[in-house]
Amino acid sequence: MRQAAERALEDAGCTWKDIDALILGKAPDMFEGVVMPELYLSDALGANGKPVLRVHTAGSVGGSTAVVAANYVQSGAFRRVLTVSFEKQSESNATWALSPRMPFVPHVNAGAGGFFAPYMRLYMERYGVPEHIGCLVAVKDRQNALKNPYAHLQIPDISLEMVMQSPMLWEPIRFLESCPSSDGACALVLADEEHASRSPNPPAWILGTSTRADGSMYAGKDNIHPASLIACAKDVYAKAGITDPRRQIDVAELYVPFSWYEPMYLETLGFCGEGEGWKLVESGATALGGDLPINASGGVLSSNPIGASGMLRFGEAALQVRGMAGQHQVEGARLALGHAFGGAHSYYAMWAVSADKP
Amino acid sequence: MREAAVIGYTQSMQRRYAGAANESELIMPVVREVMQSVGVTQKDIDFTCSGSCDYLQGAAFAFVEGLNAVATAPPIRESHVEMDAAWALYEALLKIWSGEADLCLIYGFSKSSPGELRSVLTLQLDPYYHVPLWPDAVSLAALQARAMLDAGSLTERDMAEVVMRSRRAALLNPKAQLAAETSIEALLAEPRFVSPLRRHDCAPITDGASALLVASADTARRLCARPAWIRGIDHRMETGTLGARDLTRSPSTRYAAARAGVAGRPVDTAELHAPFSHQEIILRRELGLSDSVAVNPSGGALAGNVMMAAGLDRIGHVATRIMRGEADCGVAHATSGPCLQQNLVAVLEA
Repeated sequence: MRQAAERALEDAGCTWKDIDALILGKAPDMFEGVVMPELYLSDALGANGKPVLRVHTAGSVGGSTAVVAANYVQSGAFRRVLTVSFEKQSESNATWALSPRMPFVPHVNAGAGGFFAPYMRLYMERYGVPEHIGCLVAVKDRQNALKNPYAHLQIPDISLEMVMQSPMLWEPIRFLESCPSSDGACALVLADEEHASRSPNPPAWILGTSTRADGSMYAGKDNIHPASLIACAKDVYAKAGITDPRRQIDVAELYVPFSWYEPMYLETLGFCGEGEGWKLVESGATALGGDLPINASGGVLSSNPIGASGMLRFGEAALQVRGMAGQHQVEGARLALGHAFGGAHSYYAMWAVSADKP
Repeated sequence: MREAAVIGYTQSMQRRYAGAANESELIMPVVREVMQSVGVTQKDIDFTCSGSCDYLQGAAFAFVEGLNAVATAPPIRESHVEMDAAWALYEALLKIWSGEADLCLIYGFSKSSPGELRSVLTLQLDPYYHVPLWPDAVSLAALQARAMLDAGSLTERDMAEVVMRSRRAALLNPKAQLAAETSIEALLAEPRFVSPLRRHDCAPITDGASALLVASADTARRLCARPAWIRGIDHRMETGTLGARDLTRSPSTRYAAARAGVAGRPVDTAELHAPFSHQEIILRRELGLSDSVAVNPSGGALAGNVMMAAGLDRIGHVATRIMRGEADCGVAHATSGPCLQQNLVAVLEA
């Protein structure tokens, strides 16, 4: 966390004393066994004497924390804020921590993969999707990860055959179609117009942010095209002036912890019609050389420090429009989307960033 | 910056044990009541923000259950802090200040009864150097009280006076968990619990929930005859290294108070989030409150202490007195972490 924060400060050309407030995000405290860790981490965060807020909105937390940080600057009361998110999954077992035994509720003990797998099977059944589509996403994201030195999983000989032959964990999700358990952190410096204009590296201008949430389970909930994500996308597109996402958005970083989420999200986010997402994947449009690169960084499938995964999506979207994404840079990216997902298809956060000042 | 005001507040009965009621069932009545008090429904709310702690529920994602209590469908704009809900209010204010919302619902909740609160809070400490020693929350507060006694900055009689006043004030608060007419002598005759603290120097363990509505200027005037305007609010953190702090003082409270503009205001009421009697004395001093200010007329956290809501409750009680015309200017304080590590100060006015 300290490493990420110092790199972000250096990138922004400022020091700890320039920071007016700290906004910390992470997923359940049970992953590390530290309750409200902002209290113990205050020294490492350079937070003493400053305002500190700790956000927690399930897996979307990295994204929603960045949204809160943007609100700090938008409010007019803060000039530069530092927002940091992290997870150290090696301290525990996420599947255990996500499968608590609650009073009066049947114990599912499935972890995230077991909970989501039926919805992917539903997607395949509803639209007659061939089985290998998820594997294509898994290969593509791991190939992108090879161009990103920060990515956790580096599998040089990744191939469709390797993914298809990997063990089935929760049908239809195979081992290599799943995200890893990662340790890591992400930090962003958000600044007002005056300070952003003076920053040493090109800024990513935030065109719009949004968060939406709904219940985990209710009659009629569509778990393939969740209402909360539809509402979130509509809001952020309206704020950013996006009317034709497929044409206007140059690159998107979507929170895809299991391969099948890519085609499902492509549809929900309006990049194509319902039932068409898998065709976009199959056509290669979402690859780094395609016309709509998705997760050029390698995505959550290559690195999943849960609390930071959403902010990594937001930060990678910013890196793309800043032209600072290194080997996984999408040429000429001007408008990018960052997206985060949490809970049972119930928490979403998004932002749209641009190379061009609005 | 846009103006904002508290226009409604409700807390549940402060109870030692809420029985089989789950978190959703604690939240639903207070949310419904606060919305009814100003005549709005969920669809009028632009932003909802809550405060809770997974470890108190004993499971990851305590707030997901909370969300089920307020809005299952359609989707809402929502966020959550793993902090006292006073900071959820702060996040909502950011939304109002930035013009992203006009009416926000805040709620905080917890059931501390099923676990061992003292020990759970130990896990807030440095996991490498402090936690292996298992200093619990009461013991750390006792160290703080001892440091003050040794420094001569208070007496045990001063602490008992705080408790006596809290118990007496709570007689007028129908939601309070602990209320009584007692005397300093009777309190000092009680045995020690964790020296130098007696049981009554420590806030009780409480199950419950609270809800509050905050609105931008026009919305506040439309919905409330006498809104409690938030004139200033600020919060500051101190180091998590306990040995590096002077536990007899609270510089973060002093600084936040200066930033919130406490000085020079005609403060007539104050609610201080002091889970231990001696902490109220520290806070009074750092806030520079004169003797004429009524401190904790609700009874304060010593009369009922719902973790993750007790800080919001302080703001809610001050706001309620202003809305009812019983006060004109109040200071509210919330704290987080061991020995007053992080502090929030708000100034509210009619």
